[in-house]
Amino acid sequence: MREVAIVAAGMTRFGELWGASLRDLFVEAAQQTVESAGADRVDAIYVGNMSAGQFVGQEHLGPLMADHLGMAGVPCIRVESACASGGVALRTAFLEVASGASDLVLAAGVEKMTDGADVTEVLATASDQETEVYHGATFPALYAMIARAHMLSHGTTEEDLAWVSVKNHHHGALNERAQFRREVTTDQVLGSALVSEPLRLLHCSPVSDGAAAVLLCPLDQAAQYTKTPVAIRGAAMATAAMALADRRDISFLDAVALSGAKAYEMAGIGPEQLDLAEVHDCFSIAEICCIEALGLAPPGQGRHCARTGETGLGGRIPVNTSGGLKSKGHPVGATGVAQVVELFEQLTGAAGARQVPDAEFGLAQNMGGTGASSVVHILQAV
Amino acid sequence: MPSPRYWREIPSRYRLEASRCGECGRVSYPPRHICPACRGANLETMDLSHEGRVVTWTVVHVPPTDFLMQAPYALAVVETPEGARMMVQVVDCDPEALEAGMPVALEFRLIRREGRGGILCYGHKAVPAYPIGDAEEAEMQAGEMEVAHA
Repeated sequence: MREVAIVAAGMTRFGELWGASLRDLFVEAAQQTVESAGADRVDAIYVGNMSAGQFVGQEHLGPLMADHLGMAGVPCIRVESACASGGVALRTAFLEVASGASDLVLAAGVEKMTDGADVTEVLATASDQETEVYHGATFPALYAMIARAHMLSHGTTEEDLAWVSVKNHHHGALNERAQFRREVTTDQVLGSALVSEPLRLLHCSPVSDGAAAVLLCPLDQAAQYTKTPVAIRGAAMATAAMALADRRDISFLDAVALSGAKAYEMAGIGPEQLDLAEVHDCFSIAEICCIEALGLAPPGQGRHCARTGETGLGGRIPVNTSGGLKSKGHPVGATGVAQVVELFEQLTGAAGARQVPDAEFGLAQNMGGTGASSVVHILQAV
Repeated sequence: MPSPRYWREIPSRYRLEASRCGECGRVSYPPRHICPACRGANLETMDLSHEGRVVTWTVVHVPPTDFLMQAPYALAVVETPEGARMMVQVVDCDPEALEAGMPVALEFRLIRREGRGGILCYGHKAVPAYPIGDAEEAEMQAGEMEVAHA
């Protein structure tokens, strides 16, 4: 396989963007990206999108997006893996460049969630319809059951969960593209409305619109497009049992551990060599489970990391410097690509107030449903 | 959702039909064609007993539209003595009284009326096996279940 680099990145602001449609969002992020690389044509496009069909009644996104980007004729493929759609689109683009099939490939993600669809019911389609949703499960309910299992196994408390939100809002307040650019306190989190016990509103990522994109080419061609390429050293995906009831340990995310292990092996590094990570904090408990599964915290100890500052800016391993899904926003299909946009900026020294000094290795972990699919990328500054 | 979709699921939802792997013994609910533990394809149909214990749970305060009138309600993963796990509501008790390991009985109930068509969706819900607070009896029963497992 050829070595692959990211040579450009772009994204929209995340939030309730009522003035922008699904296609507007994609075009803004994609055009920013190809323009900054000076590329007016690409060999292929992958678009991560969870559910435009349900959110806005639009399927067949491939030709639609290529057409509106002014690139009709270019192969363009919509990739779906629920909330991991963006990350899986990136991995698919990576494989196309690594294989030698194409030289210049755009990986994007987009979601338009605020056009009036019943978001709770659309998102629930990423869990098991027949055995979970049928009985009244929502996404917060499923993650609440993971949180309860983690509390029972490891002594995790509601306050531990709250600290994850506090940390990520602190980071997001420094990100001009974040949906919620404000700090929150543990008292505010613990005083917010109950959604599904023990999870409260401020443990949950918001409903968002947004798009993100990155441009990939072989590492030995990267100089044509940028002076500061970032190499993709690991790209791995894994799956796990779909329904919570079919998992032997409900508090552990097997697919995250498996995708992480494969990506570390491919990159030839371990978690201790990472300078920062973006992980899938769709709910506060998810960040705790993910950092444990990725080896960024010992098993059962992830609950302490936000409170002690280990995973904050300036800490041992800053996690979700972008603000994470919690504060930056979570337009589901765009999230996996937006995580990599943050890593690209961090590894090229362009992250401004959020900059992790001298960052060399960064990891992005993006998952679908309750962690039934997970994709991990490891990037290196070159 | 069209009604044939519900009709197909009647054996597992109405009778708690599951499958047991002839190779490794793993019990799957609902039944499967291939064992998720060993990929064995020699699966036999069996009925689960109508009892179990709470593994993990939540109390849903913000429900899907079809469940609006039921909130707040408890939703749990329950494990039956055969080792099968299923997600069910826990009713006929204070949702705040749930505990890990709590013994429950599985009863046939109406789950919801779906959408505007109002299709009646049936299945099982869990109810406390003993009146909440009757700890002594619950504990005695717990001991018996463990013996039965051993």
